[in-house]
Amino acid sequence: MHCKNCGKEFCKGLWRENPIFFQVLGMCPTLAVTTKALFGFSMGMATTFVLISSSLVISCIRKLVPPQVRIATFTVIIATFVTCADYFLKANFYTISKELGPYVPLIVVNCIILGRQEAFVSKHSVAESFVDAVGMGIGFSAVLVLLGSIRELLGFGTIFYYKILGEGFENWVIMALPAGAFITLGFLVGLFNWLNSKLTSAHKI
Amino acid sequence: MKEENLYISPGPHIFSKESTPGLMKDVIIALVPAIFASIYFFKVKAFILLLVSIVSCVVFEAAIQFLMKRKIAISDCSAIVTGILFAMVMPPSLPIWVCILGCFVAIGLAKQLFGGLGFNIFNPALLARAFLAAAFPTFMTRWNHPLSLDAVTGATPLGLVKFSHNLDINYRDLFIGNVSGSLGETSALALVIGGLYLLIKKAIDWRIPLGYIGTVFIISFLTNLISPDIYAGGLFHILAGGLLIGAIFMATDPVTSPVTKTGRWVFGIGCGAVTMVIRLWSGLPEGVMYAILLMNALMPLLNRMTRPRRYGT
Repeated sequence: MHCKNCGKEFCKGLWRENPIFFQVLGMCPTLAVTTKALFGFSMGMATTFVLISSSLVISCIRKLVPPQVRIATFTVIIATFVTCADYFLKANFYTISKELGPYVPLIVVNCIILGRQEAFVSKHSVAESFVDAVGMGIGFSAVLVLLGSIRELLGFGTIFYYKILGEGFENWVIMALPAGAFITLGFLVGLFNWLNSKLTSAHKI
Repeated sequence: MKEENLYISPGPHIFSKESTPGLMKDVIIALVPAIFASIYFFKVKAFILLLVSIVSCVVFEAAIQFLMKRKIAISDCSAIVTGILFAMVMPPSLPIWVCILGCFVAIGLAKQLFGGLGFNIFNPALLARAFLAAAFPTFMTRWNHPLSLDAVTGATPLGLVKFSHNLDINYRDLFIGNVSGSLGETSALALVIGGLYLLIKKAIDWRIPLGYIGTVFIISFLTNLISPDIYAGGLFHILAGGLLIGAIFMATDPVTSPVTKTGRWVFGIGCGAVTMVIRLWSGLPEGVMYAILLMNALMPLLNRMTRPRRYGT
């Protein structure tokens, strides 16, 4: 199986086409489950699993599916893997699954996954689709962990339940609330777009 | 005919002598009675909070404008006004570092990120207060008794009426300011003096305070008439809490209030209605902050809906 531009397809999900910072997709899990770094990580891993498996299956059958019913077909395949991920979490990590609540089943409607199938997988080979899905998944998970770490650090004084800030620290309750998610995400998106514009303008010169 | 006298320029042709620093200085002068009242009632705590918040607002304004490569415009005095107003709506026992964080939110998040003076959607001092109220609810609900230096805490008059149904109200203390509450909101007398000064100098429009206070009075009067043993009367709701400072100094902020006359009436009445709904039927004792922030968000819509018809159309 031949894979040209594999490195490029992998890297674009990490930075240049990062699903959250530059495509601004999948906002619902991004904002809802990142109260703590661990929840962000679990959500990122579950989404990455679904993204990779459904990309593999759909890139195999992409020439068999009639274009009129492709969205329905994609959704059914995605839903199958989401159910697998949901049951896996329930069986092995019950507390995390309880904390994530309805957001694991809601991966079905995560626009990153369907967006990748439509925009990339249905036009590319299995190997390229796999690399693209891994890149996008890692990019998504990294942002969720970053967002979760900032909110956990300011909201609870910990990162991955490891105490960072001492006893004198007063928890910022707002960071555990939805408002904290919006403020932090806004700052991060602004920061990364500013960095990106600096980098591209430096590159051109 | 001298040619240089004939020049053509687009409107407006009538210029006002008012300027931003002039308006801001009027607001600062109007706040002087309230500043003295807060220092009289809450002593050194009030003085330190006011000083810290004015200095940090000015410093943050200059620093952020420098970092964003904007013109450094601290001489327009708007940061000083924000600093005073922010300290005025803080509880006296607030830790200093929380005050500095609040000033950063007011100047950095609410004002400069939106584009600086004139572009902010929300009142900076109130947005910072809302941020702190969500971030540190314990600090923001710890009220000192006035005229005592020890850390005796007591509920605000609004809290007493709402949660303990204590309708034994001392109107004299409420009017002078001898009750627990935020720095600048307790003394109705000082705020009314400042408000009258602003009205005489025409620095604020009378429609917003009148619409706001009038609506609060009518709603509280009616609810008091229906069930006098649960709801306090109209005068109480005007004097207690942050209504006067909100109606006179916050809701009339020229940047975040509508420009049309009808829009200003709707703005004031809306603020009053939301305040009373929160005060009477929600889980919070006070609703001035959220009422004004909510109406701030509606301000562009009000401006558009109440735009006067162009002559001849």
